[in-house]
This record gives sequence, C-alpha cells and structure tokens, in this order.
Amino acid sequence: MGTTQSGILGGRLPLREYEDNFSDLHPPLDKHEALVASDRCYFCHDAPCMTACPTSIDIPMFIRQIATGNPIGSAKTIFDQNILGGMCARVCPTETLCEQACVRNTAEERPVEIGRLQRYATDIAMNENKQFYARAASSGRKIAVVGAGPAGLACAHRLAVNGHDVVVYDAREKSGGLNEYGIAAYKSVDDFAQKEVDYVLSIGGIEVRHGQALGRDFSLADLAEQYDAVFLGLGLAGVNALRIEGGNAEGVQDAVDFIAALRQSKTKADIPVGRRVVVLGGGMTAIDAAVQAKLLGAEEVTICYRRGKEHMNASEFEQDLATSKGVSIRHWLQPKRIALKDGRVAGIELDYTTLDNGKLTTTGETGIIAADQIFKAIGQTFEASSLGALQMEGGRIVTDAEGRTSLDKVWAGGDCVLGGEDLTVSAVAMGRDAAESINRAFAVAQPLASAVA
Amino acid sequence: MADLRNNFVGIKSPNPFWLASAPPTDKAYNVERAFKAGWGGVVWKTLGEEGPPVVNVNGPRYGAIWGADRRLLGLNNIELITDRDLYVNLREMKQVKMNWPDRALIASIMVPCEENAWKAILPLVEETGADGIELNFGCPHGMSERGMGSAVGQVPEYIEMVVRWCKQYTRMPVITKLTPNITDIRKPARAAKAGGTDAVSLINTINSITSVNLDTFSPEPSIDGRGSHGGYCGPAVKPIALNMVAEIARDPETHGLPISGIGGITTWRDAAEFLALGAGNVQVCTAAMTYGFKIVQEMISGLSDWMDAKGHRSLDDVCGRAVPNVTDWQYLNLNYVAKAKIDQDACIKCGRCHIACEDTSHQAITQFVNGVRHFEVIEEECVGCNLCVNVCPVSNCITMEPLPAGALDKRTGKPVDPNYANWTTHPNNPMARQAAE
Repeated sequence: MGTTQSGILGGRLPLREYEDNFSDLHPPLDKHEALVASDRCYFCHDAPCMTACPTSIDIPMFIRQIATGNPIGSAKTIFDQNILGGMCARVCPTETLCEQACVRNTAEERPVEIGRLQRYATDIAMNENKQFYARAASSGRKIAVVGAGPAGLACAHRLAVNGHDVVVYDAREKSGGLNEYGIAAYKSVDDFAQKEVDYVLSIGGIEVRHGQALGRDFSLADLAEQYDAVFLGLGLAGVNALRIEGGNAEGVQDAVDFIAALRQSKTKADIPVGRRVVVLGGGMTAIDAAVQAKLLGAEEVTICYRRGKEHMNASEFEQDLATSKGVSIRHWLQPKRIALKDGRVAGIELDYTTLDNGKLTTTGETGIIAADQIFKAIGQTFEASSLGALQMEGGRIVTDAEGRTSLDKVWAGGDCVLGGEDLTVSAVAMGRDAAESINRAFAVAQPLASAVA
Repeated sequence: MADLRNNFVGIKSPNPFWLASAPPTDKAYNVERAFKAGWGGVVWKTLGEEGPPVVNVNGPRYGAIWGADRRLLGLNNIELITDRDLYVNLREMKQVKMNWPDRALIASIMVPCEENAWKAILPLVEETGADGIELNFGCPHGMSERGMGSAVGQVPEYIEMVVRWCKQYTRMPVITKLTPNITDIRKPARAAKAGGTDAVSLINTINSITSVNLDTFSPEPSIDGRGSHGGYCGPAVKPIALNMVAEIARDPETHGLPISGIGGITTWRDAAEFLALGAGNVQVCTAAMTYGFKIVQEMISGLSDWMDAKGHRSLDDVCGRAVPNVTDWQYLNLNYVAKAKIDQDACIKCGRCHIACEDTSHQAITQFVNGVRHFEVIEEECVGCNLCVNVCPVSNCITMEPLPAGALDKRTGKPVDPNYANWTTHPNNPMARQAAE
C-alpha cells in the first residue's frame, strides 16, 4: 500500500515497521547507564531542579540513591511527592522543567538525565510491585473524586493513604485520563498507563466507577450530598471548532480523537492516515498528532501554526522531535478555507499572518497546501455546563492555592481549574495538595476521636 | 626539548618512569611489551629464594574503590611475590636486558632474613646483567606472616642489617623499598642509609580492606567467604606517599639520599610532584594496571611539555625543588591572610559551597542576595579555609585571594601585617620564645 497512495488509509506500512515506529521514544536506562548518569548529579543545595518540579520531588536525593545502589529507596523518594512519578518520568517536558534548571546546563550545556533516571527507579519499584504506603486507620470519611486522570488519581491515592474511602467516577472505559488517551503512543508503551493505575489503586480503599459522567449520570449536588467531600479532576472534554468553510468536511478530524484511537490500538495498522496530512495548531497535541501521522506512513505531514516559532506551546525538544521524524513546521499561517473535491478534503487554503502592534492580522497573501487529512489541534475547552453555581473564570473553575472551590466541600484540580498548566505533573501536584487540604479540613471539622475522648 | 634522561644511583634510563615491582613485571612477555610502549625501566617482580616457589590464591587477588563513572581510585591486592621458578625469572631477565640495553632493569628481592639466603641469591641476580636490586621490605600481606616483606621493613635494625649484607655481597646498586605501614617513615629510611643503601624507594602498599560484601559479610576480595588485608595502592594513596617522600627528603639525617617515588602516580603531574618533593625518579603500577602500558607516553610528553613551558632543561632542574617549602606547622606565616572569591561568571549555582560553609564551617557564603540565588563570600566571616574551593565542581571558579599587606581583614577588623610571624613567637603560645632573648 505504501505512503504515496492518496486517501485516508490504514495499513500503509508493514506490521514490523509500525512496531519499530511506535517503540519507546526514550528506551529505559540499564543499570550501568543509570549509574553513569546519576554520577553526574552534583547534589546541589536547595537544588534548582527540585524547585522547577511542580511536585517538588527531591531530585538530588533520589539520584544519589540510584548512585548508591538503592533504586527502591529512590523510588520512594519520588513517590512520596508524586505517586504518578512513573508516567511523569515519561511524559514530563523535562527540558522546560527540572532538566532546564539543572546546573549542568551552565557547566556544559548538558543536564543530568533526570527524567530517565526517575523512570529507572520507578520502573524497578513498580516491576517488583513494591508498595510503600499503608493506609491509615479508617477515618469513616467518604470522598467522591470526579475524573480518573492524573489529578484525580493523585488525589484519591493521598486520600486513601490518610484513611479515607474514595469513589472515583470517570466517563471513559478506562482510568488514566490523558495518560491513557492523550499521550503519544511512543511515550507510554506496554500499556504502562494501566499498569500505573493498578499500582496506584493497590493502596486499597479506592473504588473506580467507569462510564459515569458528571451531568449525565449524576450531578455535583448529588455528590455533595452523598459524600463528605468532592474533588473535581475533570479534563477538557471539548475542542475548539474550526470556523471556516469546509470545517466539517470528511477528512477534518480532532487531533485528540486521533491520538486516543492510536493509544487504544494494538498494532496501529488499523489507524487510517492520509497521504498528505496538515495539522493545525502549535501545542503538544499538534506535535503528537503530526509525529504519529508520519509514523503511520503519511508521505507529507505539515504543522501549520498561525504565530511564530517562539509562540508555540510545544517545547523546543518536541519541535525538534517532529522535524527529525520528517514533519514540516510552518509558521504564520492561519486556516482560511478547506478545499474539497467530491465532498472530501483535497487541501487547505491559509492566510499568511503577521503581528501588527501585537495584534495578529492577515497579510492578504494566501497559500494552498494539498491534503487529504486535516487534524485540528487548536485548543480544548472545559465543558462546565453541569457545575451549577461553582465560581468560574475564563471557562475554568476558580480555586484557592489548596484547591478549594467557591463551594463548601468541593475541591478541584488539574486542567479544569484556572491556572491549570496542561501538564500531567501539575495535575498530580494539584490533586495531591487538594487531598491534603481535604484531610486538614476534616481534622478541623472534627478533631480525632482520641482527642475528644 | 627537555632532557628526560634519568641517572638514578648510576642506573641509566631514557626517562624517569619505571614500572614498579608488581604483577605487570612478572615475566618477559609483559616487560617486553612495557619497553615497547616506552617505559624507562622496570623493577622485576620480587624474586624469592631457590626452591619451590610460593603459591597464590586461586580466587580474586584484587579489591577496589571507585569514583564517579567507576573510575578506579584505589586498588588493593593480596598477590605474593613471583610464583614462578627463580631460574625461569633469571633467564628471562637476562634475555630482556640483552634485548633492551638502554632500559633499566632492577631485580626486586625478598628472601628470609638470614645472611646466607641473601648471599646465595645476589650472585645469581648479578649474573643476569641487572642494573640494580631493590629490597622488598614492604609487602604487607602473606610474606610478612613468614617474617619477610613489611615484617622486616617495620624493624629498622633488620633493615640496616640486610642492607649491609647486600652491600657486602654485590656490586649492584641497592635500593631499599620501604613500607608505609609504620608510624615514622624517617626511622627505616635512616636505618637503610646507615646500612649503606644507595637509595630508598617508597611507598609500598598500605594495609587495607577495600570493602565488605553486605550480603555475605566477607571482606573483599573474598576467597571462599573470607578475606585478608591487602596492599592498597592507586591514586588514593598518593597524598600519603608524597608526605613520606617529603619527610625523608627534608630530614637532616637522610637529606640527599636518592629516592625512587612510588604511590598512586597516574599522570605526568603526579610524577612531577614526586620529583619536586625530592624523588629522583618514579615507579608506577596501578595506572598501568588500569589503562595499560601506553599511559607512559602521556607521562613522557606531559612531563616534557611542562618542563619546556617552565624552562626546566633536565630532571635535575626539577628534583627537590619543593622540598625547602615543606615545613612544620609552627613555622607557617600566621600573618598571611587569604579570602575565598567566587567568580560569578564561572559559578553554575549548585550551592555546594554555601551548604558546606553553612553547615560545616563558618557561615561565610550567601545563598540569596536580594531574593535571588547568589553565592558570594562574606569576607567578614571567611577564615580562608579553602573548603568551598575543594567542594566546588568547577575548577578555578572559587579561588583563594591573598590580601595585600596593609589591606583590612574584615573578619578581624585589622590591617594585614606585612611581616612574617609564626606560632613560635605568637603571644597565645605559652611556649613562645621571646625574640629579645
């Protein structure tokens, strides 16, 4: 079938090539590599990497533990701060977080490989199913968590550790949220997201109910009535519409659906892809869709972004990854019209853009790119219609620093809150901190039984 | 081009780099390879007396400690003297010396502490054409349990006695190899000199256990679950060796006694330091065992280039140059004041200087300045201890800057006194001698 046949087709490549293309982006470090990499850590005081980590993992400590032959202790250091440390090790944009802050950049422009070291330690502990946490005595409290993504799982785990019972509701069939549905396949191979969910849930005291959507199967008011507290860890279910001529034509798809389908596919050969693909957007979703389209055998993949390279949300590393896989990234192009042939996508006409006094305007010049498939990665939206009286701003839930919403008994964290950073690691931090806040609120509301007696 | 030719107690070699008596010099095959690589001389692995040779363990002979990236920093061994027949060794030595007449070939010898034993072996060695002998009074394991090696080296009277026999029964120059497993290295050196030795070589290896296996609780290297102390060598022992060499070089009783420097020499720099502290040449083992014989080429070119850069024409220009600067603590200038200075352009902001100073020293380095991570020396607190320099991962980022005479020392609030003054005259010293007296 090959890469040059027009149309949106599956099976463009031999099966084996799919396997190669979607194998681990960063293969795990072996023991020797981990020792060499860990030796490079300076054990900085008040380390900049640690400050840069949204979950404040004690990075110098966990690396030193690897260096001294104690990967299990290292994993505990990581999980103490971030129970999803295994996934974060795979998907964190470390090049803009811990590894960017590493003093080795100043020293020799090459940071300690913090992400891969974190994966080394967490893989060992998880492969041994080493459990570090035991539940505190039952508190008798029951908390509802909405969303089994990174924020919800981190929150549920910390609540369970503190002795509370947790029920997690999730609209999808599987837990994990974006870890399961929203990450490029080559960043989380071997069904790691589900393995991690199992690892997190094995603490006990957490019941997950799938296929349960807020606003459809239950309301926030129901939860507030039935539970002692509620944590909202919802994802962004909506996508921005492409409001141009032909925007709904066959062949125009949401990048998030494409990415999700890829993750659920075993061989990837069943995922159809165009010969010439255009991806609209400048964030991580655009990169993930474009790279994977290329890996599926598309002949040409072009990312079109309406602003400049410096404005792209995708990190430099991700942009380089895309171009290294053969994706073209073009800037200052804004979609104007989808060109159709026989009702199907045949190309896209774009306006050239420029910044005029800080305001994006079109220059009047246009261009056409031939395409049989177009992915929209132009932003996701939070569907808040079911949240009632909850205070919102900019389409997101307003919380304080601990994750408390405007409603009593209701906390929130992750992408659905104002200031959410569209990062797994930030969502974990917010879920964890909300759990601690809930725990404190219980302690204040009702002092421990022993204290009363 | 610097002249690296070495004349050590009449033994000539094209450069001052000899291989020490050890596994690399146990047989002709290795020594031939060493000479091809460029080594100036070898001290053949220690010969024992005629008869059935010693036996070695059949398990691990080496233990080690490592630094970053598993760089070998210290090695210990429990290998004994040569376990090959005496005559096989002698034959090979003779052949190798014939093949390489311009290289130094020294025989290391260890026989029982009896006059006849020495009297018997010396003519045999002399017949090989060897340039000299080295008396192994240092080996700290195995042989010492049998009254040889360091068991002799730890008793100055025995050293003097054996050296005297050797000088009596051979025309060959005698180098006495000293053990560091002793309190005061000057005593055996003086004894060797009293016995008439031509030179001393040091240090031999140091009694050591490199590690303990935490699964089996056996010391390493482990022979069937048990271990024995071995001889420690490699880069880790260099500071100990340098001090012992310097002690002998500056001791009025042994000053001028030729020294062959040994102990962790890994690079040309190490070698140059030994030479500066009074060694006439150097012997190397662990570096060769770690990297192979080729490293001598780096040592030769490095020493030569450094000498050229500094205008030293021959080894004599270098030898002993640092000895006058080695003194006792009581003579150090207490009016000398230095302060650490951090080069902000070189600083990578790891914070190690701060935490070392804050936790363990004098609270003299900032962590934040105006709310920004910034490491700077607080001169009012800095005692000039140099710890920050040593923990900093960037070389030359932190330097010790001497205060000029008359400058204000912000810590003491006093100007720096231009005059030399030491503890012997310090008012706080109850033993202070009055200058007027």
